[in-house]
Amino acid sequence: MTIDLKTVKHISKLARISLDEKKAEKLATDMNSIFEFIEKLNELNTDNVEPLTSIAETTLRFRDDKITSENIREKILKNSPEKNDDFFVVPKVVE
Amino acid sequence: MSEISSLTLYELIKNIKEKKISSNEAAKSFVDRAEKSKKINAYVTENFENCLKLSKEFDDKPNFDLKLPGIPIAVKDLFCTNEVRTTAGSNILNNFVPNYESTVTQNIWNEGGILLGKLNCDEFAMGSSNETSFFGNVQNPIAEDLVPGGSSGGSSAALAANLTPVTIGTDTGGSIRQPASFTGTVGLKPTYGSCSRYGIVAFASSLDQAGPMSKDVKDSSILLEVISSFDKKDSTSIDFKRNNYSSELTRNIKGLKIGIPKEYRVDGMPDEIEKLWKKGIEYAKDCGAEIIDISLPHTSYALPTYYIVAPAEASSNLARYDGVKYGLRSSGKNLIDMYEKTRSEGFGEEVKRRVMIGTYVLSSGYYDAYYLKAQKVRQLIKQDFDQAYNKVDAILTPSTPSSAFKIGEKSNDPVSMYLNDIFTVPVNLAGLPGISIPAGVDKNNYPLGLQIIGKPFDEQTVLNIAYSMEEKINYKNNITDWWMK
Repeated sequence: MTIDLKTVKHISKLARISLDEKKAEKLATDMNSIFEFIEKLNELNTDNVEPLTSIAETTLRFRDDKITSENIREKILKNSPEKNDDFFVVPKVVE
Repeated sequence: MSEISSLTLYELIKNIKEKKISSNEAAKSFVDRAEKSKKINAYVTENFENCLKLSKEFDDKPNFDLKLPGIPIAVKDLFCTNEVRTTAGSNILNNFVPNYESTVTQNIWNEGGILLGKLNCDEFAMGSSNETSFFGNVQNPIAEDLVPGGSSGGSSAALAANLTPVTIGTDTGGSIRQPASFTGTVGLKPTYGSCSRYGIVAFASSLDQAGPMSKDVKDSSILLEVISSFDKKDSTSIDFKRNNYSSELTRNIKGLKIGIPKEYRVDGMPDEIEKLWKKGIEYAKDCGAEIIDISLPHTSYALPTYYIVAPAEASSNLARYDGVKYGLRSSGKNLIDMYEKTRSEGFGEEVKRRVMIGTYVLSSGYYDAYYLKAQKVRQLIKQDFDQAYNKVDAILTPSTPSSAFKIGEKSNDPVSMYLNDIFTVPVNLAGLPGISIPAGVDKNNYPLGLQIIGKPFDEQTVLNIAYSMEEKINYKNNITDWWMK
């Protein structure tokens, strides 16, 4: 199987990473060599195998529905690239 | 007495408790050495002034009951540290200052440790040579222009160069054990669920584990005891009875059964690795262990499985870097354009590659063929270990298929770089504890490591075997401080 340039561009849209033509071509080459290596898994018949989704056999714990942190708005907003007093600011999304 | 910076953690603690060295003297010693070691490029962010100040405060009001009394420690820059910049080696987090502390680092400060600074690593811990860091290559103190391994390359280099008495790294596919092996140091990846992942910048959540890196096995046992804890803030943290790893450490491993998996004898493995492994088997026998041949039949499928599971998890974990709430933002003509430009400019090549692979294997129409398939093979790999552990107490393998390579040697070929992790990745997929200890050198005098893999939650046996073998191997790093000349 080969991953063509069109697929790479589609994936880059899904991943929200802009790519120029040259980078897309390089990625197509890299991804093909990596997938060639990954295809080895097809040698194995796994029809009756349960997928392993988590190594830690724990059930999710419940906690009390209590607020543990208060008045951290300022702290949270501190790292924001653009903000006004109370909100994160992004480019305009509504015309 | 030898120089403070060259002491082991155990010796340093002893000297501080006996008031032969003050915490401030120790801090000064490491800071002075770091100032002369800029060429190593181990630090991304220095916390030197604060460390000197806090060490003085410790000396004014010492508490010698703590496990790390006034000990200066540098940590991998993947651990969030309150009010200290945390970059994960990425441009996208270049200006990120967390307002919370990771549980693992908090455990260290609670026991008296003092932050020296944040250590370089591969970007988002994706790499085996520290060459993917936005903050540049790290020099291996063993020889010039040699990689220190990765992704915890700043950690392994700082340790080998005596810039920190111990350090912590994270290990998703070998990122503690491989750099330890490349620098002649000790690195332990604990059982999945042993050390909290809270506050660690996430790479692949079902595989990531933090662990100690140290100059010898005893030091790793001391640090593991401090960092391993049950934590409600991590939903995969496991509440099991943790040993007092350092006080229970023993060289008596008589009668323990150690398995040798034949599948780790891979094609093209250099003779010196084969020899090292044979030597390791002899040492284990000398220590009183019984050697048993075992089979882990799905070993060769571990790397392809890993390169589906890890990128898939990474692609969803890294979706949060969108330029909105923190980190880098590039300007765009609309919201989507802003996202795409931010991520394109913020992520380096290897990270983009893995996010793309992950997005692809999770995308509509490919999920079953790749991601589900990989999860099934992961089950088979885990079952291999389960069956082996019916017969043996631990498993002995080489840590890596080669010694450290030159900077630039493998950076253009992702697959050959990935092959570095061939012996370490299965351990992460099965969630097991594994340690790398230095065991010899290759023809260039570069260090080589042996790996001991244990049963889940049995770090104590892993440490005991390592402690026992370490004495027989009697390895000493030969560091010439070439970077100071």
